[in-house]
Amino acid sequence: MNLMVSAIGQGLLWALLGLGLYLTFRILNFADMTVEGTFPLGAAVAVTALTHGCSALLATLLAFGAGLVAGLITGLLYTKGKIPSLLAGILVMTAAYSINLRIMGKSNISLLGQKTLFSSKFLQGLPQYFDSVLIGALVILIITVVLIFILQTEWGQAFIATGDNPQMAKSLGIKTDNMIIMGLMISNGLVGVCGALIAQSNGYADINMGIGTIVIALASIIIGEVVFGELTLNQRLVAVTLGSIIYRLLLLAVLQLGFNANDLNLLSSLVLAFCMMLPQLEKHLRLRKTLLKGVQHYD
Amino acid sequence: MTSPILELKNVSTAVNQGTAQETQILKQINLQINQGDFITVVGTNGAGKSTLFNVISGLLTVSAGQIFHNGQDITNMSEEQHTQFLSRVFQDPKMGTAPRMTVAENLLLALKRGERRTLRSRHLKNYLPQFKDLAASMNNGLEEHLNTATGALSGGQRQALSFLMAVLKRPDIILLDEHTAALDPHTSEALLQATNQHIQADRLTALMITHQLEDALQYGNRLLVLKDGQVQADFSGSDKAQLTTEQLYDYFAEN
Repeated sequence: MNLMVSAIGQGLLWALLGLGLYLTFRILNFADMTVEGTFPLGAAVAVTALTHGCSALLATLLAFGAGLVAGLITGLLYTKGKIPSLLAGILVMTAAYSINLRIMGKSNISLLGQKTLFSSKFLQGLPQYFDSVLIGALVILIITVVLIFILQTEWGQAFIATGDNPQMAKSLGIKTDNMIIMGLMISNGLVGVCGALIAQSNGYADINMGIGTIVIALASIIIGEVVFGELTLNQRLVAVTLGSIIYRLLLLAVLQLGFNANDLNLLSSLVLAFCMMLPQLEKHLRLRKTLLKGVQHYD
Repeated sequence: MTSPILELKNVSTAVNQGTAQETQILKQINLQINQGDFITVVGTNGAGKSTLFNVISGLLTVSAGQIFHNGQDITNMSEEQHTQFLSRVFQDPKMGTAPRMTVAENLLLALKRGERRTLRSRHLKNYLPQFKDLAASMNNGLEEHLNTATGALSGGQRQALSFLMAVLKRPDIILLDEHTAALDPHTSEALLQATNQHIQADRLTALMITHQLEDALQYGNRLLVLKDGQVQADFSGSDKAQLTTEQLYDYFAEN
C-alpha cells in the first residue's frame, strides 16, 4: 500500500513535467529537448538557493525563473537564429549541463538538514508518502486550472492556432515567433519547478537527474491519450496527470516483478514504446474487437 | 478626388538578390486599386500573380518602388501589420484554417484579425448566433458544424470557412489566391457565387487570381492580365464587359 501511495505521489509531482512538455510537444508541435537540461537546472537552482538560506517557496520560484530563461534561449535560437527546433533544444540542453555544474559547484548536493516544501510540521505528521501526494495534488491543481484559464483566453487561442497552423495564424496577425518563445518559456518554467519539487522530495540534486526526463514526460502524455482516447483540450490536461500516475504505477508493477532498478530508463523507454505502438497494434491485431468479444454475451 | 485604397508605384521584386541567379519576378508594376474594385487577375504560370499578392500582403519585400494604402506608405510594413486591413484566402483549403480547432473557434480567431491578443476570456458562446447566421450564408451546411474540428470538414466547407474568416472582420482589401482551384466544379461554382454575393453586398475591394478565363470575365469590374512580371492589360467597364473568352485566350497566345 505504501508503495502505491508513493507511486501516486511521484506521479503527481512528475506530472508537471508532462504538462510543461504538453504545451510545446502537443500544442506548439515543437519537440523540445531543452527539458532534459531544464529539469536538472530547476533542481540545481532550487537546491543551491536552499543551501544558501533561501525559503523553499522562493527557491522553487527561482527554479521557475531559470526555466523561463532556458526556454527563452531555445525560443530565440529557433525563431531569430533560425536553428531547427530539435537542434536548438539540444544546444540549450547541452549548455545547461555546464551551467548546472557551475550553479551547484559539484555534481551532487544534499538537502540534509535544510527546510524544504516537504518539511512543514503538518506534512511531517501525515502518513508516509502522503506529503508528496498532497503537495503534488495542490501544485497540479493550481497549474492545471491556470493553464485551462489561459488557453481559453484570446491569447491562449492564438497560442493554440500557432501550433495548429502557423501560416494561418500569421495571416490573422498573430505574432507566431512571440507565441513560440512564450510557449517555450512557460513550458520550461514548469519543468524547472518540477525539477525543484523532485529535488526537494528526494532530498538532493544530481547533475545527471535530467537523463531520460523527456521520455517520462512523453510517457505521461501518450499514456493519457491512449487510455482516455478522444478528449477536449481541458480534459487532455487532466489526462496528462492521470497518465503520469499510471506510468508510475506501471513502473512499480514492473519493478515488483523483479526487474533491476538500474534498468529503469530501459523499462521506461519500453513502456513508452509499447504505448506509442498501441494504435498500430490495435489496428493489426484487431485488439479492440478481440477485447470487446470477451465482454459480449452470446445467446 | 480620393486616393486609391491601394497603389503600387514602380514596384519590382526579385529572388536571389545580389547573386548571379538574381531573377526579377515583378517588373515596375504600377497599379491603382479603388474602393469597391473587384479585380480578377489572370496570367500564365510564372507570370507573377502570387508574387504580386505576396508583395501586397507584406510577405515579400520589394526591391524597388513603393506601396500605398489610403495614401500611407506601407512598403516596409510587416506582414502582421498588413493583417490590420488586409485578408487573404489561399488555394489550399488546409492553409486557411486551424484543423484541430472548431469552426467557431476559427471564426473567433478571425474576428480578432490584426488585433492584439490579450488574457481576456474569449466568450465564444456570445458569438455563436452571429457565427451561425454567417455560416448559413454559404449554403453548404457549415452552420451545422460550428463545434466540429475543421480538420473533419470537407474541402469545400473548409474553403468556405476560410473565405468567411477573411471577410468576418471587414478588410479594406481581400486577396483571393485561386481559392476555388482545389474544389470540384460544383463546389467551386457555389463558392464563387457566395464570394461574389459577399463582395457585392459589403462593397469589398477584392483581387482574385483565377485560371478559369470564364470566371475572370464573369466576375468583377476589372480584369488584369499579367505576363513576365508586368501588367500586360487592364480591362474595366465596357472594355471588360465586351471581352470574350476567345479574345482573352488569343491575348494569352499572342503575348
